[in-house]
Amino acid sequence: MTSDSPATSSPLLQVRDLRTSFNTPAGKIPAVSGVSFDVNHGETLGLVGESGCGKSVSALSIMRLVPNPPGVIESGEILFEGVDLLKISDKEMQSVRGAGIGMIFQEPMSSLNPVLTIGRQITEPLGVHLGLSGAAAENRAAELLEMVGIADSRRRLGDHPHQLSGGQRQRVMIAIALSCEPKLLIADEATTALDVTIQAQILELMKNLTTQLGTALMIITHNLGIIARYADRLNVMYAGKIRESGTAEQVYMQPSHPYTVGLLNSVPRLDRPASERLDPIEGEIPDPANLPAGCAFAPRCRWATSECERSEPALEQVGDRQLVACFESKTVSDSVEIAWK
Amino acid sequence: MTSTVSTSEKVGESSGARGQDVDRTTPLLSVRDLQVHFPLKRGFIVQREVARVKAVDGVSFDIYPGETLGLVGESGSGKTTAAKAVVQLNKPGNGSVKFEGQELVGLSTSAMRPVRRKMGMVFQDPYGSLNPRMRAGDIVGEPLKVHGLADTKEAYREQVASLMTTVGLSPAMAERYPNEFSGGQRQRLGVARAIAARPSLLILDESVSALDVSIQAQILNLLQDLQEKYNLAYLFIAHDLSVVRHISHRVAVMYLGKIVETADAKDLYERPLHPYTQALLSAIPTPNPVHERSRERIILRGDLPSPLAPPPGCSFSTRCPIATDICSQTVPELKTLAPNQQAACHLATSV
Repeated sequence: MTSDSPATSSPLLQVRDLRTSFNTPAGKIPAVSGVSFDVNHGETLGLVGESGCGKSVSALSIMRLVPNPPGVIESGEILFEGVDLLKISDKEMQSVRGAGIGMIFQEPMSSLNPVLTIGRQITEPLGVHLGLSGAAAENRAAELLEMVGIADSRRRLGDHPHQLSGGQRQRVMIAIALSCEPKLLIADEATTALDVTIQAQILELMKNLTTQLGTALMIITHNLGIIARYADRLNVMYAGKIRESGTAEQVYMQPSHPYTVGLLNSVPRLDRPASERLDPIEGEIPDPANLPAGCAFAPRCRWATSECERSEPALEQVGDRQLVACFESKTVSDSVEIAWK
Repeated sequence: MTSTVSTSEKVGESSGARGQDVDRTTPLLSVRDLQVHFPLKRGFIVQREVARVKAVDGVSFDIYPGETLGLVGESGSGKTTAAKAVVQLNKPGNGSVKFEGQELVGLSTSAMRPVRRKMGMVFQDPYGSLNPRMRAGDIVGEPLKVHGLADTKEAYREQVASLMTTVGLSPAMAERYPNEFSGGQRQRLGVARAIAARPSLLILDESVSALDVSIQAQILNLLQDLQEKYNLAYLFIAHDLSVVRHISHRVAVMYLGKIVETADAKDLYERPLHPYTQALLSAIPTPNPVHERSRERIILRGDLPSPLAPPPGCSFSTRCPIATDICSQTVPELKTLAPNQQAACHLATSV
């Protein structure tokens, strides 16, 4: 599948006004507060933001894996191939997980069962979703290991997770996640714990495989560089909401939300001459139990006006495919253009 | 939170060569042929040494006053072990560590104490490295007590308050416990503690790695301010090469216990000579989609070899894209290939 066809067909995944919160002794804490976005067939979407912005909870909500209690998906729609995942039974959801949507997590050691061979762990979803068993399942498992670049695959099926390196374990996780050829693969900080050279191997592998299989990929990370290299489009999240969204070129080259600008100015960049000082965002992320009125980013924003402290800006179209939730977006993008020239 | 230290305009050039403003006449720290080997023992009653992990295997470097040396490498490369050996937390098996002219290898624990006052350490995990039952003020002030640097209670309180202000925290926060601080604030506490005894060298072991990027940038700016203000030298250990370029004057790249390349930051990033450095740099994605998509990456094969059984010859030869026969036979020495730039590679040529 190529990335230009989806314009005509309907999106693979449509998230509409998703709200997820956690009940704690201190009260109800919103983690995701009204998030809407689409994932098209075969495209790669990035979800970027700092800790606590709600990017992982959004993904867990899509998979209906938010621990309940204390987590509750309060409202919204998650349409996957037209079916609202929030309305189907647990049993139907089981078959969506794995066969429809695969997911890879940050820590492969804790996602794999330490006492089962990796062969057993790869063949399990093959049995559940595809009805493969015995030699057929084993052959398919060996093929999958081969596909993710693990040499001598048939022998490695008998290995336990501790016998593999961190990079190899993540390869096994990818093999499991892709074993039933899902339409969407969600990678939640899947390479964050790996060394950079291994990270590069795993990312290339993930991108190549999903392109080959026509699988859509949703990359969740705090690493702006990874998104820039691999994502077609991205959503920037802050305090439970999407603040800016667009193609990678739009968001990185013409950022229009002050938070996006702040993020891009906070990282030292190898693609530019070294600067003597960084220009970080002032202050810290707000307490989610006690969000400021108006725009949640206003207390840290150098463009904030009194209007920003009173009312919350909605996500509005500013460019061809670019959406921004900021009253001052025009001023922001203009001043960025001047500063970066 | 605002950083209270004034910003200075004078330093360096925008080219990123943070090398010019350091006076390189007498090194503050001089490490020669440092070796840290860990024996691997087997046996029930009689433990026999069955193998040796050469965690650090012949590392040499100098750090000058007010200079930052970035030490980069992937997990297991020996960068943290080397740093701990500098402070004598790991006893080096061999080699020499001279600090302000004094040999530290072989010093007794009591003889080390006054030296430790001049070497501060900041660790990666601001949650794990602060005692949860101590008030922030006491955490920051403990070095003052240990080294007898505050004569009166009044002087102690004043110094703690001034340290808190220096790192951008309000002195009123001294009464709080670590769990009442955010991650970035905790790392500020860690920095305040490390500079409390007025050291001349700070060892920063992945000190900004666990922080969110916006907070990381704040701490990096704080570290640069403190370096200017107190002429502090930094041994900055990190795996993030873009952060290392930003903060370092010189950079040393480690692989399996050895330094494989060292150079001024500007030269290393503009013209890496060792194939491992080239691969590391090429593996880092930059936040620039146009640049990223037009660039070929060097993808290394395989994983880091086991330090228990390093490959013969060049330890990088098993993953090196250009290795030839000689690489698996002879260990390459660090050679000077350009002014201030050394690489340990048979195939790298001088510039």
